[in-house]
Amino acid sequence: MRHILGPLLVILAGFLGWEVLHFVVANSSLPSPFETIVQMGVLLRDPDFWKQASQTGYAFGIAVVLSTLGGIALGILLGMGRLAGQVAEPILVNLYSLPKVTLYPVVLLIFGLGISARIAFGIMHGLIPLTLFTMNAILQLKPVYRRSAAVMGLTSWQTAFTVILPAILPQVITGARLGVSLCLLGVLIGEMFAARNGLGYMVTHAMERGDMPTVLAVAVMIAAVALAANGLLLALDRSRQP
Amino acid sequence: MASAPATPAPAAVAVPTASPATLLRLVVIVAAVGALEIACRVGWVPMTIVLPPSVMAESLWQLLLSGSHTRDIVVSFSNVAAAASLAVVLGFLIGAILHTLPPVRGAVEPLLASYYAVPTFMFYPVFIILFGVGSGAIIAIAVLLAIVAMITATLNGIDRIPLVLGKTARMMRMGPIERALKISLPAALPYLFTGVKLSVAYAFIGVIASEFILSGAGIGHAIAYAYNNFDNRTMYGLMLLIVLAVTVINAVLDTIDRRLQARLRR
Repeated sequence: MRHILGPLLVILAGFLGWEVLHFVVANSSLPSPFETIVQMGVLLRDPDFWKQASQTGYAFGIAVVLSTLGGIALGILLGMGRLAGQVAEPILVNLYSLPKVTLYPVVLLIFGLGISARIAFGIMHGLIPLTLFTMNAILQLKPVYRRSAAVMGLTSWQTAFTVILPAILPQVITGARLGVSLCLLGVLIGEMFAARNGLGYMVTHAMERGDMPTVLAVAVMIAAVALAANGLLLALDRSRQP
Repeated sequence: MASAPATPAPAAVAVPTASPATLLRLVVIVAAVGALEIACRVGWVPMTIVLPPSVMAESLWQLLLSGSHTRDIVVSFSNVAAAASLAVVLGFLIGAILHTLPPVRGAVEPLLASYYAVPTFMFYPVFIILFGVGSGAIIAIAVLLAIVAMITATLNGIDRIPLVLGKTARMMRMGPIERALKISLPAALPYLFTGVKLSVAYAFIGVIASEFILSGAGIGHAIAYAYNNFDNRTMYGLMLLIVLAVTVINAVLDTIDRRLQARLRR
């Protein structure tokens, strides 16, 4: 109970700070926390909001599944060949710190303006951290695991599934936690820049109309969902750590 | 060969210790760029989608010579510099203060751990209200994105100062300031620098992405503008500029980082 109390107090202080800011900003174009919560209630009863949310959820879901599978597979592939890993790592690290929005127009040109562009953009964000974590976990694996696998005459396929994957699971979960949040960021930025549906579009559209309560209500709800999902994966992460 | 500038720098920087992996990496990158060039020239990839790397490089060269985007480039890079330095200084101060207040730290730390799960970008409109459309809002969102990496690195760095160094300082009867400057700072430096490296990367992401979504100037804005006007030459030229700039800056920071990490293991 105690370890939840502290963060809760900090969040409460954040809301107080927001309230103060609401009073300070001239003629309060910044909505108060109360107005935002009221607007959340309005949105939650609005079928249009759920339509946009399901669009975002759909793109996000597909991006998470594809980038998780792809990231683990790519990580195992690069990690099992030591040289391949050494060659790829700096390239991947550089791609990771690149502002990927720069490349979004290329994704749009290739995939068109539909939902597939947003899914691809989400995968671009989520794939690399998971690949890096998986690869490094395998490179740091104790050699005795692979030697025992070799002694038992396992094929590389069997080695990957029965020895390596269980051994690196904790790091894979850490990487997946990072990948999931980045996937969400990718999908939302994609919607904010060029889309006609989804929560990201809803925010940019509300901003253009000057409808700040909606902007903040949607942003706070997404933040809450993201924090909850992250907390869940973090708990899984901790239960897996030795 | 005009596609030569497109080969990223990490390989070039690591030349003194040219291992087979480094050479192979260079080969892989050159081959990838070459393959794209051929695919575009032969027509497997339509020119309306991706331009050949040589054309991108040529377009970038012309952009730089004509000075048509010099203002955007200056705006973006100065915003990144401002955001990164603000994030590093404020992040270090907040981290150092948090470290002296264990109860507050205990309350804040779980939130810091999941901070990057929140898509901070959704709050960009709030900063537009507070600062107006322009550099202020962009720097604010970039600082917000970058500062937590620095706070975490500072806490981690101070935590890892060996206890024996504190005892040495007491033996030598150092004052608090002398102790901070001569003992704590150098001992925590490798960890702090990792924070600096991350802050710069995040500041880049924050600035370019905000310029993309809503702004009147900067490289991100120029790329979005060129995209909306089907001006692929300008768009790819500017993209190449960002990829090259980020690669070079990362390579330099990474080299310094590696040297500092090596000092830890001594």
